[in-house]
Amino acid sequence: MQAEILFGLYIFMLAAFLGLQVISKVPPLLHTPLMSATNAISGISLVGSLVAAGAHYNPVSTALGFIAVTAATINVVGGFLITDRMLKMFKKKEGKKS
Amino acid sequence: MSATLIQLTYFAASALFILGLKALGSPETARRGNLLAAGGMFLAIVGTLVHQDIVSYEWILIGMLIGSAIGGAMAIFMPMTAMPERIALSHAFGGLAAAFVGVSEYYRQGAEMELIHTVPVGFEVIFGALTFTGSLMAFGKLSGWVTQVPVTYKFQNQSNLSLFGIVLALYLAWLFTPAYPVLFFIMLGLSFLIGVLMVLPIGGADMPVVICLLNSYAGLAASATGFVLSNNILIIAGSLDGASGLILSIMMSKAMNRSFTNVLFGAFGAVAETAPVTASAVGSINEGTIDDSATVLRNAQRVIIVPGYGMAVSQAQHALREVAELLDSDGTTVKYAIHPVAGRMPGHMNVLLAEANVSYEQIYDLEDINDEFSKTDAVIVVGANDVVNPAAKTNPSSPIYGMPVLNVEEARTVIVLKRSMSAGFAGIDNELFALPNTMMVFGDAKQTLTKMVQALKA
Repeated sequence: MQAEILFGLYIFMLAAFLGLQVISKVPPLLHTPLMSATNAISGISLVGSLVAAGAHYNPVSTALGFIAVTAATINVVGGFLITDRMLKMFKKKEGKKS
Repeated sequence: MSATLIQLTYFAASALFILGLKALGSPETARRGNLLAAGGMFLAIVGTLVHQDIVSYEWILIGMLIGSAIGGAMAIFMPMTAMPERIALSHAFGGLAAAFVGVSEYYRQGAEMELIHTVPVGFEVIFGALTFTGSLMAFGKLSGWVTQVPVTYKFQNQSNLSLFGIVLALYLAWLFTPAYPVLFFIMLGLSFLIGVLMVLPIGGADMPVVICLLNSYAGLAASATGFVLSNNILIIAGSLDGASGLILSIMMSKAMNRSFTNVLFGAFGAVAETAPVTASAVGSINEGTIDDSATVLRNAQRVIIVPGYGMAVSQAQHALREVAELLDSDGTTVKYAIHPVAGRMPGHMNVLLAEANVSYEQIYDLEDINDEFSKTDAVIVVGANDVVNPAAKTNPSSPIYGMPVLNVEEARTVIVLKRSMSAGFAGIDNELFALPNTMMVFGDAKQTLTKMVQALKA
């Protein structure tokens, strides 16, 4: 168990450095879609809520899990859809009508 | 067997998330990047559904249906101007989900929890709860339900810090005595309270930093969930989200020449009180008509447009693009200059211009365009104020002194579209409005620009 936590910390650190590298390359032009996409990605906490809602640990856990599933699904579905809607609008000149 | 399958889908999903974020680095590949990340998410969810602990699917299905309906509706119907509000709401949902997963874990394991579990569960619950209420406050401020003016009172920072100290003490006590739920629930309640109190003193103009910071917290809470559930993909996704929020908040703070601590504890309004705002302090201004400004624009060879939050408020981006296109078809070079903190969240203006069909090749960041103002015939400032205030360069006593601003005053003529002579969000006078080469055109930006289109066509 101890090893698992330590392993998790390594993963956390490496992902954080990778994130800093990758995200600092995103131009200000795309900062709003970036934020909305990372938001959708962190909606991955849904997978944790799924287990809480679907396993019959106890009624309270199920209820809290159900609310968490709903909240996380809003982020996942809404996040990816709206990011796509935004990115669809970023066009070069040819999309112009005059 | 099923455990291995789940781990494999998580492994693939992690890779897809990272590839997706990388593709978000350029407008050509960004849409594909988002799809990659969404594909990763789909894999991870389908994989999780075969988890051995899951014995019934009814609550999962109902939750996902409700969530998809709300999320889908928000994605389709939310106007682009309301993007900051939507982002704030989604941080709130993320925080809530994290906090509830933590509470649910506590209910499951209860008094038998060991330190390996209590440490991340407590962290998750604290950060999840304060992200939830803090983001709801940010949402309220952005949508006008809660006053955008910083709310301050005596000993505010001291009382907030002591409150945080109490939560920390409860956390430490609970770590070693998880059998006392009362500690846990007071900690949870106070964390909700801290979220509210933390955002209360922060003004509208500082919202970009706050939103980024809450983004970072939501990521940390998600990561803590990963530690609670020993789930690596949660750790990775949360860490990426946390890093992204952190980078953006540092960028936003830099763009305002302020430190984190200053944004969080400095309550801008308190500064503005010492520098009272009166229109008379600005001096005489040149008011121009729409025809005057159209004449200036018709004679200009190079025009730069500077949009600000006022453009979003009056939904003027489409009319603005029409003006720009008319000028462009006359052979005038038109560029857009975007200050990093224009609007209420990073990149807000870019999305609005993209929505109005402005090509992203015409849009320039502060550092790329700031030297061009001196070679520019006319600048149109639409609903921007503090980001074009020369006091940031010249007046050391100004609250925004040192903040990088757009050098619009170097252009031959500056046309400022403004609703009235009120001060910007920082509550400071703008001497730009009184310069001899500035022409003020008062009125609603959208109406003014629509009339300007007609004037230019005539």
